[in-house]
Amino acid sequence: MAEEEKISPDDKIDLRGVLCPINFVKTKLKLEMMDSGQILEVILDDGEPIRSVPRSIKEEGHKIIKVENVENMYRLLIKKS
Amino acid sequence: MAEKSATQRVDLNELKSGGFIKQNQKDLFTVRLKVPGGRITPEKMLKIAEVAKKYSRMGYCHLSFRQSVEIVGVHIDDFDAVIKELATVGQKVASCGPRVRVPTACGGCEYNPNGIMDTQSKALEVDEKFFGIPCPHKFKMGFSGCPIDCTRTREMDLGFQGVVYPVWSKDLCNGCTLCAKACQEGAIISDKEGRPVFDESKCVYCGDCIRACPTDAWKDKKKGWLVRTGGKHGRHPREADEVLNFLPDNKVNDFVDATVKWYKEHGKPKERIGSCIDRIGLEKFKKDVVGAFIKN
Repeated sequence: MAEEEKISPDDKIDLRGVLCPINFVKTKLKLEMMDSGQILEVILDDGEPIRSVPRSIKEEGHKIIKVENVENMYRLLIKKS
Repeated sequence: MAEKSATQRVDLNELKSGGFIKQNQKDLFTVRLKVPGGRITPEKMLKIAEVAKKYSRMGYCHLSFRQSVEIVGVHIDDFDAVIKELATVGQKVASCGPRVRVPTACGGCEYNPNGIMDTQSKALEVDEKFFGIPCPHKFKMGFSGCPIDCTRTREMDLGFQGVVYPVWSKDLCNGCTLCAKACQEGAIISDKEGRPVFDESKCVYCGDCIRACPTDAWKDKKKGWLVRTGGKHGRHPREADEVLNFLPDNKVNDFVDATVKWYKEHGKPKERIGSCIDRIGLEKFKKDVVGAFIKN
């Protein structure tokens, strides 16, 4: 875990206020523009987004390496497959 | 008098068993076509459209509540031609009346991310083996791939719903809490370190935790079918009873067979299996039918 703390994302996307499934589609498009192994930081709302988006990212084959709860939002670090 | 000439040409009851349903209009019938699980090829759809255009005297089809395509307004004199033309693409006519009906199913686990069990294959298999068997009354089966239960197995005489048993391994867990977020039943709560505390009594075996887990700490231990019996809709709806959980996939045919046999032995004419269970007792059904499957 300590090693992952140091990871700085290559790109960021703030999806607060963005509804499902648009938030996932935006994440997917962002990841498509990145290189394999790069890290994307995604900010998601609590509720439906945090329930659905991580699962869809996993189904696409990417790796979620960190999940952090900050008040009413979630910060995800995703490693592109 | 004209009415009489139609009934003399064919046995109306015989027609009904073959999926030809009498309409208000003289000599016109609705022809119900078999679409097990609601999945149909474009080739069959095109042929049905062609036949409907040619033979429907009312100019439309209807999609039945149980996933069948019905050609409305077919004249009694056209039955042979309709059957023959549909047969060129392997399209068969369904049934109605007191017998095992065409099973329904949800879209299927090949493309639906929630899917746990393969409902489409199972619906086809069960249809192949049991379709048309005479019973005391109608006997409807349905297959849902997951606990969202789109096929409404609680309304089926015999319903099968996919379930998955989740197991957690401590070593793989990084305490991300996504499983607790994913669980809509409150069956998983995160402790201080973010690790899941599992309350099986609340679990519906949907597998959302498994799909959400980024590290594969949650895995499926086993998959199978939750079995419900005695459901029906109509004038007096009855919610099916859950009679067994995690029936293995390869035991479904045996379970259908045992249930239909029990129903034929105990059901009175015009009595659905749910009413029969109410009259005789669920315990009796469980002892006679379910008992043999519990050891598996």
